[in-house]
Formats: sequence, structure tokens, C-alpha cells
Amino acid sequence: MGIEQIIFYLFSGILLVAAVSVVTVRNPVYAALFLILAFFSSSAIWIMLEAEFLGVTLILVYVGAVMVLFLFVIMMLDINIDIMREGFIRYLPVGLVIAVIVAVEMIYVLTADSLNIVMPAAKAADYSNTKELGGVLYTDYVYPFEIAAVILVVAIIAAIVLTHRKRLPNVKSQKPSQQVRVKRDDRVRLVKMEAESKPNASTRGGQ
Amino acid sequence: MDSLISIWNTVPEALQTLIVILLKIVAIVLPLILAVAYTTYAERKIIGYMQVRLGPNRVGPKGWLQPIADTVKLMFKEIILPEKANRFTFYLAPVIALAPALVAWAVVPFSSGLWLADINVGLLFILAITSLDVFGIILAGWASNSKYAILSAMRAGAQVVSYEIAMGFALVGVLMAAGSLNLREIVEAQAGGLSHWFAWPLFGLMLVYFISGVAETNRAPFDVAEGESEIVAGFHVEYSGMAFALFFLGEYANMLLISAVASILFLGGWLSPFESLHALTQLPYIGLLFDNGIHWFFLKVAFFIFLYLWFRATFPRYRYDQIMRLGWKILIPVTLVYIFAEGVAIYLGWKPWLS
Repeated sequence: MGIEQIIFYLFSGILLVAAVSVVTVRNPVYAALFLILAFFSSSAIWIMLEAEFLGVTLILVYVGAVMVLFLFVIMMLDINIDIMREGFIRYLPVGLVIAVIVAVEMIYVLTADSLNIVMPAAKAADYSNTKELGGVLYTDYVYPFEIAAVILVVAIIAAIVLTHRKRLPNVKSQKPSQQVRVKRDDRVRLVKMEAESKPNASTRGGQ
Repeated sequence: MDSLISIWNTVPEALQTLIVILLKIVAIVLPLILAVAYTTYAERKIIGYMQVRLGPNRVGPKGWLQPIADTVKLMFKEIILPEKANRFTFYLAPVIALAPALVAWAVVPFSSGLWLADINVGLLFILAITSLDVFGIILAGWASNSKYAILSAMRAGAQVVSYEIAMGFALVGVLMAAGSLNLREIVEAQAGGLSHWFAWPLFGLMLVYFISGVAETNRAPFDVAEGESEIVAGFHVEYSGMAFALFFLGEYANMLLISAVASILFLGGWLSPFESLHALTQLPYIGLLFDNGIHWFFLKVAFFIFLYLWFRATFPRYRYDQIMRLGWKILIPVTLVYIFAEGVAIYLGWKPWLS
């Protein structure tokens, strides 16, 4: 067993344990943390498949952005764990049946003759997965890629429109752009006063 | 010496690689920790002089041993676990805060040939790893079971996620100019002396990157996650001793990392500004000083670190909504326009940078 295989089994093992723990641990924050661990391990496996761009992007997008928001929401909500777990045993048989079906399907597909692909030879060290992906995305698949981009933009705008509701009248809010532009003259007024003719001796300390 | 080499040759090859990598890691992390310790000293000294006072000057000659004394003090302090804190997460958080700050140094090229890993997606790797820092803060805020800590975690989370977008766009500009995600190739694309550095065509992106970097590391003037006047000390209010020190280490290691990446992306990393002046680089002995080398990298990192400290001594703390406004409504539109303009410049072949 080469060192590559040892690393592969190590990360696969961690991935499986983490994935199972996501479902079984009691504390939802721990579940989110295990999900992060699962993302990490699968990213390591992708990197072993010489798909380093996808592997790093997985961490960047899912762990760095999505999971932060996930954790955020979980921590804000005071989730009652007992109520959450009430249906666990009741739905377990259904879940098991679905799990077995999915497993059988996957085994069937992976062992099918039509999918009997020979393992491609390892690429040279200077092979850039990023360049390859970019080349394919912007030539052969440029329309699907751009359509996906448009859909994302629509989703972003929709999310902003949905949350940007009109506030009640008479609600006071701060306008930072005006606050930033404030000059000294808007706030400070210097008043010139005549010096008093006879200064009070008691206030003139020292000298 | 010969006997040592013969012993070395008996070690299996896989183990040899492992030992070499481990030694390289030690050779990076140990100086890094030392640099972190002395960055705190530099911070106190520089801000001291800016405020017309002396700064630390009691421990050792001119206070040079102050960071060592601080470390010893922190190590012997008790780590207090709040009664209703989540024990596991409470201890996990400082580790998660420090680890990414150290891991990211794996791909930083210090000088030509001096790096731990030279990977194709170095830039993306750094962006991905630095995006993990926020977990340390969020977990610390939640695990402490304190309202100040959770408020700070919310602030920090929102702030870091927002500024990551502006930072990512600034990096896209560099990626377009260099045509590579590999940090070594990005530095090599800037070869040819001072005028070839990306700081000139991408000056706006450099500003955006560094401002986002200051916000990412939760440093003044964007340090609302700590905000001692509003939320006492933010996410690490319940931490003491070494657990607090790990957060501290992580923050400073991140500052060094942001400075190192900024100098690699925009100031040519280890490249010398006098590279093209052969009269200088060919001089006997002192020519080495003017030639490319790791000392230029350190000098540039020190420059950015000085900017960090200068900002801290100069600017008052931003209000939270103004931070968000700066990130979303100013920095992101600026980068978008800049990237578009850069695309046009590349199309037109703007020598010597964008061709």
C-alpha cells in the first residue's frame, strides 16, 4: 500500500465518520462542525484526484461562506434538541429504506460494464487543472456557463428585493453618506467674545 | 559527517520526504512565532513614539525582552472556563483561530526557491484558508455563553464575510494581470525593476486589498469585534492565559500574512526595485544587497506591518454600519469597475504590465 492509498483511506474514513456524525450528534452546532470536517475531507480527496481548483473552491465557498452563515443561524436560534429528535426513531425505517436504495443504485452504476473506465494516467506536476477548467468553461460550455451566471444574478437581485421592504413612515434612520460628508463648519460655531476688562485674580493661577 | 549521510541514506525515501517537509515547517513556523512576538513589541514601541512616549523599556536592554516576559506571564496564567460555557468548543475556538493563520504560510514564496509548497492554486488556497479564521471568532463567541461575546461574534462574522468579497475581487485583478494563480508566477510576472510591479497599474486594487485585509484581521480602525468601549473585549472576553494568547498570536500571524501576500501580489515579493540597474547589482559584495533576495521580501512585509500600526495610532474606530457601508457600497463597486477597466487595458495591451 503506497503512501497515496494511506492518505486516501485516511481522508475517506474521516469523511464517512464526519458525515454520519452530522446526522447523529445531538448538538446542532457540533453537527455543523462535523459538516465542515466532511467538506474538508472531500476537498482533500478532490485534490488527490488532481482537481485542486475544485477542492480549494469547495473550501472557499462552502466552508468559508455558506457554513459561516449556517453556524450563525444555528447559534442565533435556541433550538430545543429534544423536540428536534422526536421523530428520529419513527422515520428511521423510511430513511433506512431510502439509504439502501441509494446504496444499491450506486453500486449498480459503478459496477456496470458501460462505466468500466480505465483509470487515467496521472498528469505531470506542472499540469494546471485551473487552466484546463477555464479553457473548457469559456469555449465549449460558454452558454451554459453564462446562463448559470444570469440565474445567479437574478437570484441575488430577488433576495435583495425580498428583504428590502418599505419601512414605516416616520422611522428615523442614519444616513452614513451624509454623516461622512459633514464638515467642521456644519457643527462648530466659533463665537468671538470681548475680553473682560478686569480679569478675576483668583482664576489666574501660576505664572 | 559521512556517517550522518550514510545513516540518512538508510532511511526509506517516503520517510525522508516527510522529515524534510517537517523540518521546513519548523523552519517557517518558529521564525513566524518569533516575528509575531516582536511585532507586538514593534507595535507598542512605534505607537509609543507616535504618541510621544517611550513604550516598553524595562525588561532587558531597551525593553527587547518584553515579548518574552509577556509570553511567560501568559503561559503561567490560569485558563478559566466559564461555568455555563460549552467546554469542547470553548477550547477548540482558539486553536481554530490560530491554525489557518499558520497553515496559509505553506504556499508563501519567501525568495526564489524558498517555499514549502509551490502549488497551482496558491492564491485561491490563501483566500480559502484565511476565510476559516472567522470560525475561531464565531465559535469563541458562542461557546463563551456571554452576550458580549456573541454580539462580537455576529459583528466579526458579518464583517469578515463582507470584506472577503472585496478582497476576492482585488485578487481577481492580480490574477488577470499575472495570468496565473501560482504565487511564484505572480512574482515572476513582475520582474524587471520597480516600474514593473503591479502596484502601479493596480494601485486601486492594492488599496482595496489592504483595507479589506485590515478589516479581515479585525484591526483598528475596523476592530469593532473587540470594541472595548461597547462590548468589553468582544469574542475573547471570557478567555484568559494561553487560550487568549492563541487568539492574539492568530491575529498577529494573520497581519503578517496579509502583509506578505500584499507584498507578493503588488510589490513583487522578493524582487529588488533595482533589479534592472545592472551597475548596482554587479557591484562586489554590496551588489548582493541590491539584487533580488529574501531581504526585500522582509522589507516589504515590514512596510505593510508599519502601515497597520500607523493606522491603529491614527484613525478612530469606525462605526459598525459605516464599516458595512464601506465594504458593500464603496469597495465592491470600485473593484468591479476596476476589473472591467483592467480587462479593457489587457485587450489593448497596456505595456509593460497588462499584455
